[in-house]
Amino acid sequence: MFTRILSTARLEFAIALRNRWVAIAIAMMALFSLVLSMAGSAPTGTLGADRLSVTVASLTSLSVYLVPLIALLISFDAVAGEVERGTLPLHLAYPISRGELLLGKLLAQLCVVALAVTLGFALAAGVAWMSGGAEVLTGLPALFRLIWTSVLLGAVFLSLGHAMSSLSRRPSGAAGLAIGLWLVAIVLYDLGLLAAVVADDGGAFTTRVFPWLLVANPADAFRIFNLAASDAVGAASGLAGAAHAIAAWKPLASLIAWPVAAALLARLAFGRVQP
Amino acid sequence: MTILSLSNLSKSYGRDCALDAVDLEVTAGERVALLGHNGAGKSTLMKLVLGLIDRTQGEISVAGHAPGSPVARALTAYLPENVAFHPALTGREQIRHFLRLRGANPREADALLEKVGLADAARRRIGTYSKGMRQRVGLAQALIGSPRLMVLDEPTSGLDPVSRREFYALLDELAATGTAILLSSHALSEVEARTDRIVILSKGRKVSEGTLGDLRAEAALPLTVSLRARKGFEAEVARAFPEAQGSGALLVLTCPQGAKLETMTRITDAAEAIEDFDVVPASLDDIYAHISRRAA
Ligand SMILES: Nc1ncnc2c1ncn2[C@@H]1O[C@H](COP(=O)(O)OP(=O)(O)OP(=O)(O)O)[C@@H](O)[C@H]1O
Ligand SMILES: [Mg+2]
Repeated sequence: MFTRILSTARLEFAIALRNRWVAIAIAMMALFSLVLSMAGSAPTGTLGADRLSVTVASLTSLSVYLVPLIALLISFDAVAGEVERGTLPLHLAYPISRGELLLGKLLAQLCVVALAVTLGFALAAGVAWMSGGAEVLTGLPALFRLIWTSVLLGAVFLSLGHAMSSLSRRPSGAAGLAIGLWLVAIVLYDLGLLAAVVADDGGAFTTRVFPWLLVANPADAFRIFNLAASDAVGAASGLAGAAHAIAAWKPLASLIAWPVAAALLARLAFGRVQP
Repeated sequence: MTILSLSNLSKSYGRDCALDAVDLEVTAGERVALLGHNGAGKSTLMKLVLGLIDRTQGEISVAGHAPGSPVARALTAYLPENVAFHPALTGREQIRHFLRLRGANPREADALLEKVGLADAARRRIGTYSKGMRQRVGLAQALIGSPRLMVLDEPTSGLDPVSRREFYALLDELAATGTAILLSSHALSEVEARTDRIVILSKGRKVSEGTLGDLRAEAALPLTVSLRARKGFEAEVARAFPEAQGSGALLVLTCPQGAKLETMTRITDAAEAIEDFDVVPASLDDIYAHISRRAA
């Protein structure tokens, strides 16, 4: 079983390298991280936060948008592309289960995401260190947390991308679904919540339902967890109050449950594809 | 020993019946060719055998296992029609991956590629391969391990005549070691000497099955006899064979299977007047066309 998954992952990673997805993902993360850390190195009037924590706070806001986008870009073709190229019948005739095939692809694409966020964030941390000096070290745990939660967030959207890919069975359709999913989950969801909170004006919705809805979205859970887990980061983002209103285990649980749930969803959708 | 057995197998897409109550058995070491016009259901039958699509009705057993089950997949090699691979991979990487999936040693990749004549192109990306070269990669992967059952959908499409002969020689070797082979083709003339049994599908139904001799007898197509009269004897020959078509020295007549000897006697009787003659049995493609037309 592991040989089959690893072999698939190896092949998919080679394909990602040659399709330039690895280069594109790394370049995107690096570019945005660099821009943000440059902007963040301007004096912030310090709120009890070191340079690195300031950078991590802005990187968190960036990752909420960029990591799901990169993950969906890498993954939307996974099944639909095979259907279109006509490679799927042969793959499914081999003694590898559909679950193993998806896991292999997920593993390879997760490596691409991990590589991109690690290199991008390391670059940003380097800039912060150059301008902030040794006190920056206090922000390191926050940086590590940002990296591994980004990988979890990436896993969620990679699997959701696989699900979209299986549902549409055509690369163009899958791309459309993926962009739609990104818009809804990352942009519209928050706008909707914001509108509801404003309309509710401190009523039952804001105090009871809203925190759960926030945690239920993996991107929001990612944001809250990173801001709440570190005082300095929370302070730097000015959101410490909001973030602390929710116990840290809730967004963490959401961040751990989502990759599993999304992978199961993808497996279910893939099961309905007949080559 | 029966490796593949299908009974009453049907597959419908909506109201269209792609395969209709087909029975078939393939035993170890047997080579069976599936023939049929476009859309006859050959590929559908093969996908059902591999468990890639679900049957509407009937039973399939691959050496006693359900189609698509892990054991059945491990025992079966498949070459899909229009086989495709990711263009960014090299032939070698692709075959090494397939070897690993079958739990074989990836080092065998080079030997396999050499067997199908791709040794030189092994390190090139498949995107740069010609159609026939891609087909050979497909063949190479089907040769991995020692499959009990090989399902090959139009395996020789895109191969040049020499490669076709080499390919059938490979099949002979495999069949000799007990592999059951089910392959599809469009040309009866191509599979005639290379298969033990021929199954003809038409519109999803099995319309005929047997050796080439069986099919020939079943079609019972007449032979074609052509006669050339000696100079000056044209009228005499025409009188001896009033049913013959044609004018002048060259006459053509058909002769039913049962009347072969009788016709030969008539030719011998008129030997004085005849310079030369030819007897041509119905061509394989005629037989095939006749059988599938009769069923329609
Ligand atoms: N996914 C599908 N949906 C609807 N109809 C289908 C589907 N797949 C196959 N068919 C139909 O089933 C019938 C049999 O198709 P099949 O591919 O088995 O033919 P074939 O014998 O392999 O033909 P060819 O020689 O052209 O390869 C055809 O009428 C085809 O239109
Ligand atoms: Mg076909």
